[in-house]
Amino acid sequence: MQGRWRRVVRTPLGLTATVLVVAVVALAVLGPMLWGSGAGAVDTDAILARPSARHWAGTDNLGRDILLRVLVASRLSVLLALLATVISVVAGLLLGSAPFVLGRRTGRLVAAGVNTAVAFPGLLLALFFAVVFGVGATGAVLAIGLAGAPAFARLTQTLVAGVAARDYVAAARAMGIGRFRILVRHVLPNIAEPLVVNATIGAGTALLSFAGLSFLGLGVQSPSYDWGRLLYEGIGTIYVNAPAALAPGAAVLLAGLAFNLFGESVAKGLGVPVAGGLRGMGPVRAGSASGPERTGRGEDAGDRSPEVVLDVRDLEVTISGPSGPVRPVRGVSFDVRRGEAVGIVGESGSGKSMTALAVTRLLADQGRVDASRLEFLGNDLLAPDTTARRRTLGTTLAMVFQDPMTAFNPTRRIGAQLAEVATRHQGMSRREAMARAVDRLTAVRIPDADRRARQYPHEFSGGMRQRAMIGMGLMGAPALIVADEPTTALDVTVQQQVLDLLAEIRDADDVALILISHDVTVVGEVCDRILVMYAGRIVEDLPAADLATAARHPYTRALVDAVPDMNTDLAEPLATIPGRPVDPADVPAGCAYADRCPLADARCAAEDPPLAADPFGPGDPSGVADPSGLGDPAGHDPAGSPRHRVACWHAGEPLPARPEDRNIDDLVESP
Amino acid sequence: MSVTLTAPSTPVDPEHPRFWALPSVRFGVRRLRRLLISLWVLVTASFAMIHLIPGDPVRGALGPTAPADLVAARRHALGLDDPILVQYLHYLKGLVTGDLGTSLASQLPVSDVVAQRLPATLTLAGLAFLTAVVVAIPLGVVMGVLTRRGRGRRTELAFTTTSVIVATIPDFLIGVALVYVFGIQLGWLPVAGDATAPAYVLPVFSLAIGPAAILARIVRVEMVGVLEADFIRTARAKRLPARAIYVGHALPNAVTAALTVGGLLLSTLVVGTVLVENVFAWPGLGSTIVRSILTKDYPVVQAIVLVYGVGVLIINLVVDVALALLDPRSKIRED
Repeated sequence: MQGRWRRVVRTPLGLTATVLVVAVVALAVLGPMLWGSGAGAVDTDAILARPSARHWAGTDNLGRDILLRVLVASRLSVLLALLATVISVVAGLLLGSAPFVLGRRTGRLVAAGVNTAVAFPGLLLALFFAVVFGVGATGAVLAIGLAGAPAFARLTQTLVAGVAARDYVAAARAMGIGRFRILVRHVLPNIAEPLVVNATIGAGTALLSFAGLSFLGLGVQSPSYDWGRLLYEGIGTIYVNAPAALAPGAAVLLAGLAFNLFGESVAKGLGVPVAGGLRGMGPVRAGSASGPERTGRGEDAGDRSPEVVLDVRDLEVTISGPSGPVRPVRGVSFDVRRGEAVGIVGESGSGKSMTALAVTRLLADQGRVDASRLEFLGNDLLAPDTTARRRTLGTTLAMVFQDPMTAFNPTRRIGAQLAEVATRHQGMSRREAMARAVDRLTAVRIPDADRRARQYPHEFSGGMRQRAMIGMGLMGAPALIVADEPTTALDVTVQQQVLDLLAEIRDADDVALILISHDVTVVGEVCDRILVMYAGRIVEDLPAADLATAARHPYTRALVDAVPDMNTDLAEPLATIPGRPVDPADVPAGCAYADRCPLADARCAAEDPPLAADPFGPGDPSGVADPSGLGDPAGHDPAGSPRHRVACWHAGEPLPARPEDRNIDDLVESP
Repeated sequence: MSVTLTAPSTPVDPEHPRFWALPSVRFGVRRLRRLLISLWVLVTASFAMIHLIPGDPVRGALGPTAPADLVAARRHALGLDDPILVQYLHYLKGLVTGDLGTSLASQLPVSDVVAQRLPATLTLAGLAFLTAVVVAIPLGVVMGVLTRRGRGRRTELAFTTTSVIVATIPDFLIGVALVYVFGIQLGWLPVAGDATAPAYVLPVFSLAIGPAAILARIVRVEMVGVLEADFIRTARAKRLPARAIYVGHALPNAVTAALTVGGLLLSTLVVGTVLVENVFAWPGLGSTIVRSILTKDYPVVQAIVLVYGVGVLIINLVVDVALALLDPRSKIRED
């Protein structure tokens, strides 16, 4: 508790506000005692005098010293403001807790009344009550107090409703304790803190409002005076003696701000602290020192051919996290050829989505992207943005995101969101672009596309939105579609439609596809080649056809085994991979999978295996991988069959337990 | 409590819901109901005002030395001798026919007083709101972009602190300060009346500065939030230029929340004219209502309170409708 209060004082603003509040309260207590007689002293020789050594802020129309009057007025000003605040809080508490005490029907009526009153500005309510209670200090206190009540009532209502839903209130109710008793015993103590904080802010507001009413001549009346009254008198003579208006104005402002800011600081200090000092890219905490060097030894993506659409070498992504930079992608190399479908699979946190965002240049705000090469159709994606590059990417690189519910701008019509690509990058007129959008929506089998194009995203179903998103990518002539978990957020029934659509587009237009998924079956079904990612690296790159039979990395094999098929014995628990995925902030030295791997030995824990061509080719499960990792450098089979790369010291070695005769305890976490 | 059973619902074509089930129609009905209730509360309160005053308002207005027959005559003229229900119905009838009573001070029809004073106040409030929006939205957008994803912590702190402090300063104090600096010290701008265009500058800014600070703060917070949204990533995937992303995609989504607050600010701003008009001797409703309260000219006070209140209700309605148009989902959300 003390620590929380200390936090209030520690911020510069909080400290200033605290000092000011203490000063204002001290002034209110001491001011009239010290200067009371001086402030009343009439000096007929110095009527309406300008500031002088004797009267720092000049004198009023009776020759009284204005500065002293401002100092003395602090008591009445603060006192009246506090009285008004008390009225606001008490009335607000009564009105706000009424729904709780009175039960649903009467309560709803009170709540409706409060809601109606809250809609009107406080000053209007204050004027209303000022008329009813009459001009003068008493009337103004009541007016400002009652005018502030609806806001407090609303606050109380919200707070009470929050506490009333808690278990101990329900328990007290079940014990038959009366509602009023519950309110006093259980509810009010729990909402006291926010109420007090808001009352402090309210006191500042009341002080300023009171000055307003007095300034209008509706508040404190002569011969009494508060700051507002002094301002009212001073403004009339502002041309003669400006300080007569400025001094009380400054006083009321300072005091009002003090209460307001003190309340705000306390509210902030008592709330959840905002963690600071997260900025900057300090030393990477883990993973980088022990990670693979970014030179030749590492992953080899093979020769570049004109057929290559996307070429990625040594891709690294660094993100500043709460405890230092984290590297979710640690040196990834691959390429994608024209018309090729490449799947990227891995558990959440394996870096697959980060890879997708990095290669599509969409990570700009979140992290730093490094690579020795990152090219899309010959465009360097690491170079700065230009209009021409934007145009190329905008028309040839399409993205499909995971959650179609949030990927569309909710405030714009679907058709307009598609058409934007064409007007922006293809120089089409609005009308042409719209026609193209409707055409593209039809192409992705949105029925009644003409009408649908004029609808908003929320009027589309999830599957339709995802298809529309694909249609958006088809506005240009895409060479590559990057689909990041495109079916995860969809119903099972529409998942297949979306996958079929992607496959169809690919076949028809020779479009390359990167499909990111945690679902190895989906990827195996759609893709030609599969990249298996683990802890920010590619651990295996293999033809999809080899997935079931010739996967060589123990992780890939475990992923495949974890998928139930027709032969799975449903009486036994389904296979899972024991252990947890690696935390990107804390990547171990050596092979990241070693902890969970049944084949791991001392070398695995010490040395991270490079991603290298699988020297034994598909279908040879007997051999041990070339320890140098430098087998066939290009990874290309002379016959031109698909490449197969793997990063494992024990690639292809038989696992201790194969699916047919597996020892369940090895593969399954204890239930 | 009687239980009403809904008729067995016939299967409704989800593509073509019946008229009353349309989201926009349901929204309209709900909103209209709320408007009517608020209006009724407002009218009743303004009627009740004069009756809530302790003692005899006429005696209070005329003073303790006024002859008894004058008080009686005035009471009769105000209709205060009738049964309260008759007075209420009479009041409602007057409102419908545009008869707001007669000013006790000037003996002019109150509707004339209001009609004469209203334009000045509307102009002042309208210009001030426009100024606030024109200043706040670009400022908020720029600050939002500068401080997105935890960037520019110092900028954020400086901006937030300044805007909190500025927003706390009441408009009439800003007015006094502006009068002192620009009217008296520099002598650049007139400080009273609405005769010339330069005379508008100080009152408009006195009213606009506070709301502009609040609005800019909200736009910034909303921008920071919206810039993290998925659809911004989609817009970036479309390779739109930064300006198109910020203005075309982020701003409309940031503005919906700003609009809600903006509406609230506008109604405070309209009522805030009362104080600012008194600083600048602006010939509007605000200076009139204060004078009328001081002279106990109750019919005028009642009418002006009613005008301000109706203004607030209209603003709230416009905000809600604009919100429904800007953010189509808000129609569906029940409040």
